[in-house]
Amino acid sequence: MTTIFGLPVSVILGQLMLGLVNGSFYALLSLGLAVIFGLLGVVNFAHGAMYMLGAYAAYIALSVFGINYWAGLIVAPLVLAILGIIIERLMLTRIYKLDQLYSFLLTFGLALIAEGLMRQQFGSSGQSYPVPAALQGVYNLGFMFLPVYRAWVIVASLTICFVTWFTIERTSLGATLRAATENASLVQAFGVNVPVIVMLTYGAGTALAALAGVLAAPVVQVNALMGSSIVIVVFAVVVIGGMGSILGSIVSGVGLGLIEGFTKVLYPEASNIVVFVIMALVLIWRPQGLFGKS
Amino acid sequence: MRPSTIIYALTLAFLLAAPAIGLYPVFMMKLLCFAMFACGFNLLLGYAGMLSFGHAAYFGFAAYITGWFATALGWPTMLSVVVGVLASALLGLVIGALAIRRSGIYFAMITLALGQLVYFICLQAPFTGGENGIQGVPRGSLFGVIGLQSDITMYYFVLVMFVAVFLFIQRIVHSPFGQVLKAIRENEPRAISLGYDVNRFKLLAFVLSSAIAGLAGSLKCLTLGLATLSDVLQWTSGEVVLMTLLGGTGTFLGPVVGAGVVVTLQEYLSDIVGAWVTVIIGAIFVACVLAFRKGLVGEIEAWQQRRVARRAGAAVKPEAAPEASAATR
Repeated sequence: MTTIFGLPVSVILGQLMLGLVNGSFYALLSLGLAVIFGLLGVVNFAHGAMYMLGAYAAYIALSVFGINYWAGLIVAPLVLAILGIIIERLMLTRIYKLDQLYSFLLTFGLALIAEGLMRQQFGSSGQSYPVPAALQGVYNLGFMFLPVYRAWVIVASLTICFVTWFTIERTSLGATLRAATENASLVQAFGVNVPVIVMLTYGAGTALAALAGVLAAPVVQVNALMGSSIVIVVFAVVVIGGMGSILGSIVSGVGLGLIEGFTKVLYPEASNIVVFVIMALVLIWRPQGLFGKS
Repeated sequence: MRPSTIIYALTLAFLLAAPAIGLYPVFMMKLLCFAMFACGFNLLLGYAGMLSFGHAAYFGFAAYITGWFATALGWPTMLSVVVGVLASALLGLVIGALAIRRSGIYFAMITLALGQLVYFICLQAPFTGGENGIQGVPRGSLFGVIGLQSDITMYYFVLVMFVAVFLFIQRIVHSPFGQVLKAIRENEPRAISLGYDVNRFKLLAFVLSSAIAGLAGSLKCLTLGLATLSDVLQWTSGEVVLMTLLGGTGTFLGPVVGAGVVVTLQEYLSDIVGAWVTVIIGAIFVACVLAFRKGLVGEIEAWQQRRVARRAGAAVKPEAAPEASAATR
């Protein structure tokens, strides 16, 4: 069998594939963060909590209401989008005029509430969500085995990322959105209802996080803390990529997932910290982020 | 006498009498350690306007270092504390130098991420004892003379340190250095145009703040005899932010009051309501941001300011007053 660095190629490819799965989640989450930050100026600390709630929504939908995975992919983001819109209307609108740090703290508080409620309800141990029947099994690629579900996660996430990028950069709705980011009052003067756009954007951002949560449910244990651990990594990804660019957040999300996977092969002890170390290096070399404008 | 002097005197009298009026010394020491931690954090957020979301790193790291020196190496108490403080100051220097390359919300995210990096290092490093932490840290004695085994003696030792730090912070804030920090908080480009090397001031504030957080961590380690992962956790970083915000950012007593409320809530509520504590803390966070951003002490100061203004008949706008009152007192 062929080996690289004294390890069989299939092991390396397996870890890289896992890294790609994680990277897809990073990309989806940092994409939502970037979209929300662009228009609202809010760094949404609750993004990890929305991801966690999305996974729980799918779990509850299946175990209580018998709603299957495919319907859950639509229902969970929809429910969380409504929750996001309520949060935006009731709370975030009150603090837009203040320093951005306040919205950071507010959404941190919301994340704590969500985490505490779920831990109270389901305990600290994880709930497992079964892989849907159509996506069970593995592909034998000859040089490695590829679980069908993981392939699905990668394809689905990248498709969603592409659709989001296309909507924002290439459609007239996206043009309005970008214009509102640049100068909200001018866009308002042209007859666009900016507050509604802002509200829907926050809803869409939370829906993206929830969608990532549903996709993750079968590969991770659904638990209350899954959001808070991933959100810090996603913040680091955002600092590395620079928050201004949609494409930048997708590329850096996937890229860092791959690097993390590769580190697991070479030096497993460092796999938890490699993203943070890269962030530190990027700060030294290019403080505005790889794709950021200074 | 000024009203603030009376309040300080009353607070000090209460703290001096606390063991005598039946307050559990270990609980009071824990409270003082967190109050010191929050005061150090407030130096950075309240006066320099920098929100660090990874302050648990310095608190917890100093606790580990002090614990390790006192236990594994058998160093005397005071020296172990000094080493702990130096270690956290050094850590603050490295992380601060990286984080001040960005400001505002990015600064918060970077400190959060680097705090998580320190957490993982503490989880995996050989000397920290992993999930178990360092246990059975001896309190030892002060310079080989005064034994700290008794909770009462230890309490007064912690109290002396706390008062010293409190006065030290007041000294910093009222010094020319403190004035420059406030100028940077209010208008950074202007401070630059006046010729101040803004980054050096920010970095020094960051290092001072981490060193104070470290002292608080070292003392907590000695008090409870252990250093654990929960001290470096992101959750602890959030807690110290809450204490400062709840008590009043940019006020001297605010962080102390905030720490008092949060530590008391946790101590007594966690037995009764279990995991609901997280929900309650989160709700307090939300309420603070939405309803009273000045915090408990800040609101009282603002109220008093308005009263004085009304009595003087001066046309002081109430919105402008609280900031000024926090800064000048």
